[in-house]
Amino acid sequence: MESLKSIEELRTLRANLKKNTDNSSRKTVKVCCGTACSAMGARKVVSAFEERAADSRKDIEVIKTGCQGLCQKGPVLMVEPHGYFYQKVSHTRVREILSKTISADAPVRRLLYRESVSDDPIEKMDEIPFYEKQVRMVLRNNGLIDPCNIYHYIARDGYSAVEKILADMSPEEVLNEIKESGLRGRGGAGFPTGEKWEVARNAPGRIKLVIANGDEGDPGAFMDRSLMEGDPQSILEGMIICAYTVGASYGFIYVRHEYPLAVKNLRVAIRQAEQLGLLGDNILGTGFSFTVDIREGAGAFVCGEETALISSIEGERGFPRPRPPYPAISGLWEMPTVINNVETLSQIPLIILKGAEYYRSIGTETSPGTKVFALTGKVVNTGLIEVPMGITLREIIFDIGGGIIGGKRFKAVQTGGPSGGCLSEEHLDLPVDFDSLAEVGSMMGSGGMVVMDEDNCMLDIAKFFLSFTQKESCGKCPPCRIGTYQMLQILEKITSGYGEEGDIDRLEAIGNIVKKGSLCGLGQTAPNPVLSTIRHFREEYEEHINDKICKANVCTGIGVYRIEGSECFLCGLCKEVCAHDAVKETITGFYIETDYCTKCKACYTICPVKAVKIGKEVLPWVIPEQCEGCSDCVDACIVHGLKMYKTSKEGIFLPWLEDPDICVSCGKCAAVCATGGIILTIHTEDAKERFLHKRPLGLKVDEKEPPDTCEEEAAEQTGTNATDNEATTR
Amino acid sequence: MDMDRIDLDSEIGRIGAHIGAQDRRRGLLIPLLHKIQEDYGYLSGEALERLSKKLEMPLSEIYSVASFYHQFYFTPRGRKIVRVCMGTACHVRGAGKLLDNLQQRFNVGIGETTEDMAMTLETVGCVGCCGLAPVITVNEDILGEAGSKNLELLLESIEEDQG
Repeated sequence: MESLKSIEELRTLRANLKKNTDNSSRKTVKVCCGTACSAMGARKVVSAFEERAADSRKDIEVIKTGCQGLCQKGPVLMVEPHGYFYQKVSHTRVREILSKTISADAPVRRLLYRESVSDDPIEKMDEIPFYEKQVRMVLRNNGLIDPCNIYHYIARDGYSAVEKILADMSPEEVLNEIKESGLRGRGGAGFPTGEKWEVARNAPGRIKLVIANGDEGDPGAFMDRSLMEGDPQSILEGMIICAYTVGASYGFIYVRHEYPLAVKNLRVAIRQAEQLGLLGDNILGTGFSFTVDIREGAGAFVCGEETALISSIEGERGFPRPRPPYPAISGLWEMPTVINNVETLSQIPLIILKGAEYYRSIGTETSPGTKVFALTGKVVNTGLIEVPMGITLREIIFDIGGGIIGGKRFKAVQTGGPSGGCLSEEHLDLPVDFDSLAEVGSMMGSGGMVVMDEDNCMLDIAKFFLSFTQKESCGKCPPCRIGTYQMLQILEKITSGYGEEGDIDRLEAIGNIVKKGSLCGLGQTAPNPVLSTIRHFREEYEEHINDKICKANVCTGIGVYRIEGSECFLCGLCKEVCAHDAVKETITGFYIETDYCTKCKACYTICPVKAVKIGKEVLPWVIPEQCEGCSDCVDACIVHGLKMYKTSKEGIFLPWLEDPDICVSCGKCAAVCATGGIILTIHTEDAKERFLHKRPLGLKVDEKEPPDTCEEEAAEQTGTNATDNEATTR
Repeated sequence: MDMDRIDLDSEIGRIGAHIGAQDRRRGLLIPLLHKIQEDYGYLSGEALERLSKKLEMPLSEIYSVASFYHQFYFTPRGRKIVRVCMGTACHVRGAGKLLDNLQQRFNVGIGETTEDMAMTLETVGCVGCCGLAPVITVNEDILGEAGSKNLELLLESIEEDQG
């Protein structure tokens, strides 16, 4: 690689590269080698192509690209110039691709994308619904170029923006262009990038710095990683433009240590840019100098926060610092420092090339441009998507994501990771931009988007995110350190069935204190998942607290377990799996003894016909027409609540509960009943009313048959049972 | 790693010319900790002592910084580092159960190593393969959809290693 001495040389190089690619008749196979596709065997596909192509002397070029987006269907690849897009390609299919597509220019139909098994295959990438609504600006090169080859980037207009500013734009003009474009930081808070640059530009100080923030730590987010892996040069170009504008001469890229491939590709990118003279001293002979170094994080989520990041680079514990002074005035080593997210930086070259006006035409008034989201969770197509701001959640989830897996009902979408919130169905038509999301108590965040269906419990999700932030709290501010812990304890209590009146208010009160009393973004947003779920799914909290049930059956230790006799087919797996011997067998079926049940969900999980029910308490319901008066249920009742009573009809006796509160919903009475004369109902209020006041057939509770001999004993038994019950559930 | 051969001035990069000697040494602390860990697998007391002399920094401060970050370890780790992803998508698709399984099967807690040093069990925030959830990483390799056969294969290979 020869160093470029002038802007003219870069132009010539690009023109030559373009001419070569245009004239080339070589067929190209672009295999996605992003982390997800690699995990599914993309590297094997690449080596199979290389071997087989050499064997059969076919002249093809195999390019290992970054993430192409549709991670769900990996490994994916594209064959050019035809543009065929193949999914779920295994290395055993390579021979077929070579013989059909490379030799005969025909598609391999079984590898093409189909919406469902019976649909027609879709040949081209852009025609797939997943890609149709996307606008790929940040990801413009992702999946099309080899990230480790700077020539690929240059051939696709890479470094033209640097060329443009060095040749004809003053730093002021660049700054105006960025301000004009309305670009807002993609790291989460959405601070206008132009303003940040202006502050740094005007800040006093001889040496200024640029930091690219690639410390993406949100669980469920992988946009930055895909970008750093797939198109590292665009980040470098953005940094160079930023440095030129603010007058910086040194830059750092702060990357998570957990992203080894991103670190590797960035290192390669920096080395190649240095060799070509696009980084270093006297860039393209213009006298402008800028160098970039990589700093790896060490697994602290809080270091994604700009002041904590600075502490980390300085070699301190990653504690955030009070702002002001903002890093743009006094940042790393007290020098003016611009810290931008890698996604923000990669948009910069595009704005310079196409102009602020073009950029503003995409997206919404207050949030122009596009945003990359990591769409995950219970959607059909998970993966990396880039959409214009202002698109609705419905379009993202149902058109691009392909709807909910298994045709289930959409319940909620979580945006913004641990700092964001959960939005319910009523927000599906909400346009996605910085301000509208903040209005409903969530936030854009770095761009994680996790879709949830009816099987997800919102309290469990809130608990998950809160336990994440609680663990990652650096401990500097007590409201964050202690408050998140207290909130987590309360949530834990509620989800284990010990929720009390007032818990929701307590959560809200503590949440607001944590938000107000914390120094950095982590603490200020940590309560959001809890507060937003309370706001939009309050009834679910109330169910957990008042009714002690979790409708999604996610929370363990809550609800009453019973086996529905009419659905059970007596396989006995529940009895086998129960570690506490709580599942008992009778001649007619199984029932769960509530005293022993620890609510571990083992029986619920194993039951092949889903006959184990978790829910509210149930009560027996006597059907006089079916009852034969055998009194089996009376004998079976574990709390001795059921007794036989005389009715006004001669010789007819019915089992009855004098005090329905005694019942522990074990369901044994219904399990032993051979005639269906006693069943279980979840309408406990009605059943109670019937037991107490609406007795059928003139049943009299003071006339028992056979005459009660041990009433006191039974009452005593109930008493102990009730306390036992409490003791075991505790 | 040969601590004496590291040239502090060139290691920090060009910015070193503009910051004080103390800042320079401090700025190198985390990169050097990474290097030690790459070479030895963990941060041994002895290596940290040498680092402390090299950087002219109190050992206590080095511990203070190193203990803040989750990626630094003070005890030797197993030959296979098994990390269960606890990201949102994996959580939703049953990572918790997977972790319980592994814990029981190898009788180790989170962050612990089996006695024979065959494997260390850890959790990780998110590895970014949410499409393949639940995900386990073994050293640098990623194992997707780890609910099924994939997991059995992994377990067998670890058990073989244990002998």
